Amino acid sequence: MPKETVQPATIEITYRDAMREAIRDALRRDDNVFLMGEDVGRYGGCYAVSKGLLAEFGPERIRDTPLSESGFTGAGIGAAMAGMRPIVELMTVNFSLLALDQILNTAATVRHMSGNQFGVPLVIRMATGAGRQVAAQHSHSLEGWYAHIPGIKVLAPATLEDARGMLWTALQDPDPVLIFENVMLYNMSGKLAADAGPVDIDKAAIRRAGRDISLITYGGSLWKTLEAAAALAGENIDAEVIDLRSLRPLDDPTIMTSVTKTRRALIVDEGWRSGSLSAEICTRIVEQAFWELDAPIGRLCSEEVPIPYPRHLENAAIPQVPKIVAAAKAVLGRA
Amino acid sequence: MTAQADKPHLSREHMLELLMQMIRIRRFEDKCAELYTQEKIRGFLHLYDGEEAIAVGVVPVLEKRDRIVATYREHGHALVRGVAMKAALAEMYGKQEGCSRGRGGSMHLFDRATNFYGGNAIVGGGLPLSVGLALADHMRGDDIVTACFFGDGAVAEGEFHESLNLAALWGLPVLFVCENNLYAMGTALALSESETDIERKASCYRITSEAVDGMDVVAVEAAARRAVHAVRESGKPYFLECRTYRLRAHSMFDAQLYRDKAEVEAATQKEPIGRFQGWLEANHMIHPEEIVRMESEVASEIVEAVAFAEAGTWEPVEQLTRFTYAEKSMRAEG
Repeated sequence: MPKETVQPATIEITYRDAMREAIRDALRRDDNVFLMGEDVGRYGGCYAVSKGLLAEFGPERIRDTPLSESGFTGAGIGAAMAGMRPIVELMTVNFSLLALDQILNTAATVRHMSGNQFGVPLVIRMATGAGRQVAAQHSHSLEGWYAHIPGIKVLAPATLEDARGMLWTALQDPDPVLIFENVMLYNMSGKLAADAGPVDIDKAAIRRAGRDISLITYGGSLWKTLEAAAALAGENIDAEVIDLRSLRPLDDPTIMTSVTKTRRALIVDEGWRSGSLSAEICTRIVEQAFWELDAPIGRLCSEEVPIPYPRHLENAAIPQVPKIVAAAKAVLGRA
Repeated sequence: MTAQADKPHLSREHMLELLMQMIRIRRFEDKCAELYTQEKIRGFLHLYDGEEAIAVGVVPVLEKRDRIVATYREHGHALVRGVAMKAALAEMYGKQEGCSRGRGGSMHLFDRATNFYGGNAIVGGGLPLSVGLALADHMRGDDIVTACFFGDGAVAEGEFHESLNLAALWGLPVLFVCENNLYAMGTALALSESETDIERKASCYRITSEAVDGMDVVAVEAAARRAVHAVRESGKPYFLECRTYRLRAHSMFDAQLYRDKAEVEAATQKEPIGRFQGWLEANHMIHPEEIVRMESEVASEIVEAVAFAEAGTWEPVEQLTRFTYAEKSMRAEG
């Protein structure tokens, strides 16, 4: 009997709504899950991610907090240590610095320092990145800093599937997981399988296969990099695009396999260049795949300035498609 | 002493236990100081001399299911809570038989079996943690009290104010215990606080508060009973300020340039062990041989603890990275 070929049902959804579905799904699945942060309830979330959840789950589980980043992040840590599964939302990565003590000195240390007696199964979500003209205290990309810290995991969902699927897996993780949501992705709309569910959180993904150069990126820069790869194809350059997805741990095998194939690499990172995640990736390639390389590794990062307000300067400060194309061609000696 | 005023029904046996626990902490820490000079214990070592009445007065009032968050000056709290002396000392030696596998040392005693959530060495850092532990209990409807100990130095931290506000706002069962020894390391309270009456700060957050002579073990225990009872009945926070004095230096590196010998001498006259023992003797509630017995029992326990720590083993270097993450989901370096 011939099998029926059924196209899997898809829905049109935004990144924001996919993230909300992930939170809603987690709240439904596990009574220990709750969301806590500034304006997550009555306001609906500063980026409207949690809109409507208060009415569905009530103020105990959709918990508005005072502007006490350190206090409520620490409270999330304590609740996690006592067996709950909190999702702490920090409005932006800039504000997360007010909670850095709790994240670094407590969440990241407790398991090792206590000899594995206590763990912190906490998820912290926050917005990151520039592009909305909100200037130098709301626009930075500091996820690379967090990737420096042993004891935590750092995720950067760039696709609808990852926005929908990473949260549940992160909540199942026995250790603290930070999820960085690029602000320019919230309005991104596309097709998502109606039955989309949890995804892995420790592998990089090849978003475009190619032979000539590996473009390594994540988060908000992924879509610009894919656009750049399409432009490069018009010039007979076949670029491979790697979406890191997890910034800590880094998926070295996927990176090295790709670079071994293409023999050239460009890292595209909205973080600053100095002492950065891009520097870390570059170093790992040099350490692990130096003899496979045909050219020096390229990096395209944000300019080393605080992100400015006016649109033309903000655009100039962060990676853009023409710059990615030019940087890739430079690595290929075709500048 | 306030014993007869506050707790006339205190049994003689119970009072001897209070004295015994204070002596136990003091003698243990005397040994720790000695072991520090012998370089058996390294790093920072913060001793509790003069403040023992607080841990001994508060901790036994808690139930087994309750939770404790402490600071880097937490040896006394751990001992009274039931962390074995030998495991605490092995921890201070850095041996893997220690209560935190030797990873934490003096400042980071942890013990899951007794709900002892550590020695936190970031001043004020334990307060948000205690709020979170209590939030979990509150959300599950569990009848559990979280006791959070911290010093007067923590009062200047934002986390103190954020935590008191959160606990009061959300109605969480936290007993905040401020061990006010008048100095944040070497900075006197009057040099760091515009309002030196710490108890009053709690009332700004509408938290019931009380200040007590923290060098009077019976008074501390009476206050702790009121406080723990109030937290358990109401599910709301309570603030207990215990006014005390640190007789030793802040840590073993402290030359104590910031205070007069006369001030230390005056405080020594009020120190909790001599004071309580003297009161028991004056009221014919303790026999000299009972003190001898206590000292002897404590000395034996210390001898055993030292032998245990000495015989302890170093965690193999190959295990250095273990438990940075939980093992099942752990990937190599990250």
